[in-house]
Amino acid sequence: MKLVIGIVRPEKANDVLEALYRAEVRGVSMSRVQGHGGELERVETYRGTTVQMGLAEKVRFEIAVSDEFAQTTVDALCEGARTGEVGDGKIFVLPLDQAVRIRTGETDHGAVTPVKK
Amino acid sequence: MVLLGAVSGIDTGDTAWMLVATALVLMMTPALGLFYAGLVRSKNTLNTFMMCVAAIAVAMVTWALVGYSLAFDGSGSIIGGLKYVGLHGVDFAPREGTAIPHLLFMAFQATFCIITVALVSGAVVERMRFGAFLVFAALWSIFVYAVLAHWAFGGGWLMSGGTLDFAGGVPVEMGSGFSALAAALVVGARKDYGRQALLPHNAVYVLLGAGLLWFGWFGFNGGSGFSTGNNSVLAFTNTLLCPACTLVVWFALDLFRGRKVTAIGAATAIVVGCVAITPAGGYISPGWAMLLGALAALPSYAIIVWRTRTRVDETLDVLAAHGTAGFFGILFIGFFAQTAWNGVSDGLFYGNAAQLGDQALAALAAPIYAFVATYVLLKLIGAVMPLRASQREEALGMDTTYHGEEAYVTGEGAILVVPEDGVSIPVPVADPG
Repeated sequence: MKLVIGIVRPEKANDVLEALYRAEVRGVSMSRVQGHGGELERVETYRGTTVQMGLAEKVRFEIAVSDEFAQTTVDALCEGARTGEVGDGKIFVLPLDQAVRIRTGETDHGAVTPVKK
Repeated sequence: MVLLGAVSGIDTGDTAWMLVATALVLMMTPALGLFYAGLVRSKNTLNTFMMCVAAIAVAMVTWALVGYSLAFDGSGSIIGGLKYVGLHGVDFAPREGTAIPHLLFMAFQATFCIITVALVSGAVVERMRFGAFLVFAALWSIFVYAVLAHWAFGGGWLMSGGTLDFAGGVPVEMGSGFSALAAALVVGARKDYGRQALLPHNAVYVLLGAGLLWFGWFGFNGGSGFSTGNNSVLAFTNTLLCPACTLVVWFALDLFRGRKVTAIGAATAIVVGCVAITPAGGYISPGWAMLLGALAALPSYAIIVWRTRTRVDETLDVLAAHGTAGFFGILFIGFFAQTAWNGVSDGLFYGNAAQLGDQALAALAAPIYAFVATYVLLKLIGAVMPLRASQREEALGMDTTYHGEEAYVTGEGAILVVPEDGVSIPVPVADPG
C-alpha cells in the first residue's frame, strides 16, 4: 500500500477531485495548508505596511491506495492540478504499513478498497 | 443665488428629516457591499465590496459634474438640460415642489445614483476587471441612470405622462436589474460557472448586509416624499410591512421546496420586499402593501430558481431581486393605488384603469432602455479595453489580483518590506534559483 500526498493550488482542488473521481480513486481527505515551494512571493500592502507573502495557500490531499492504484492516483493528481506555472505543487508517495477500516476492522487491502454499493 | 441667511419656503422639519434620510441611503451602499461580499467566494470578498465603494467614488463625482443636471434640469421629454452642470446654481433655495434646499435634494438623489451603480456590479463580480468596472460605472451613471431618473423623477416623459414611481422602481430597481442582465451577457460567465459549485462564503455577512439595507431603505422610501408629510409616513410604514410579508412567503416557499427555511433565502426576501415597496410606498394602503410583499416573493423566487439552471451567470441575481420585484411593484400601483391614501391617483381597482396603462408603459420602457443601453455601453467599453480578468487571475482571485490584499490574511509567512533602504529581508526558505 502507498500513501499518496499531493499538495496543490486551492483553485485546482476541485479539478483534482474531479480527476480522482474519474480515475475511480474514492477515499480522499484534504486539508488547507500554507506552504512555500519556490513560487514568486506576492507583495501586499495594508495601510502603508508592505509585506511579501512568503507562504501561499495550498490544499493537501492524502490518499491511501493499494500498490496497483498508486500510479493512477499520481496521474490523476498531476492532471487535475497542473497549470504549468511555478507553484503547482508536489506529490509524495510513501510506503504505508497498515490501514484499518474502523467500522469493520478490515485491514490493509480490504480497508483501502472502496465499498461497492 | 441665495447663499446667506434664512431662506423662505424652507421647512426645517422636512430639511432635518431629509438630512438623516440622505445619510441612511448612503449607508445602503456599504451595506450592499457586505451583502454581496458574503455571497461570493472568499478570494473575491474585497473586490466585491470595493465595487460598491467604487460606486460611491465614481457616481458621486459624475453626478455632481453632469448626472444631476441631466436628470433634474428642466422638463425635457427624454433628457434634462445642462444648467446644473458642476452643481452650478444648486443652492439653499427650495427645490421646486419641495420645502427642502435644492442642495440637499441633489445630495439625496446622488445617493440613489450611487446605490444603483453598486447594484449592477452584482452581475459581474468575481471576473470583471476593476479598471473596466470603474469606467463602466462612470458612463453607466450618466447614460443610463441619469436618463431613467429624468424619465421617472425629473419631469421626463414617464413622469409627465402620469406614471407613479415613488422611490425609484424605474431608475433604481428596473434600471439596475435589467442592466445587470445585459452586463452578465456581455461580460460572460465565470470560468467555473456551471462546472463547480460556487457558494456564498459567509452567510452572516449576507444577513447583516440585508438587515442594514432594510434599515437604510427607511431613508430611501421614507425620504422620497421629500417631507415629513403623510406620503412619507405611509412609505416609511409600508417599508416595514411589505418586506415582512415577503419574508413569511419566502419561508413558506423554502419549506415547500426544500423542507428547510434558508438564511440566505431570508436575506434575499428582505431585499425583494424592500424593492417591491419602493415604487409603491407612498401610493398604496398598508393593507395592499402587505399583499404586495406576499405576492412579490413569487416571481422573484421563481426567477432565482430558473436562472441558476441557465448558462446566464447573472451572479448575484440582481434581475430577480431588483428587476423583477421593481417591475412587479410598478404594476401593482396600477391596480391598487388609492387617492384616499396618496392624494394623487387611483388604480384600476378604485376605478381608474388609465393608471394601469401608465404603469405598464413604465414597466415596458425602463427594462428595454436599461438592457439595450447597458449592452451597447459595455460592448463599446469592451472594444477599447478588456472587460474581464484572465483565467489565471480569476483562479487566483480578484482580491490579490486587483487590490494586493486578502480579506482573511493570516500574516503567517509575511515578511515586512522595510521601505527606507528598499532592501527586503531574505525569505527564510530555499531559493529556487
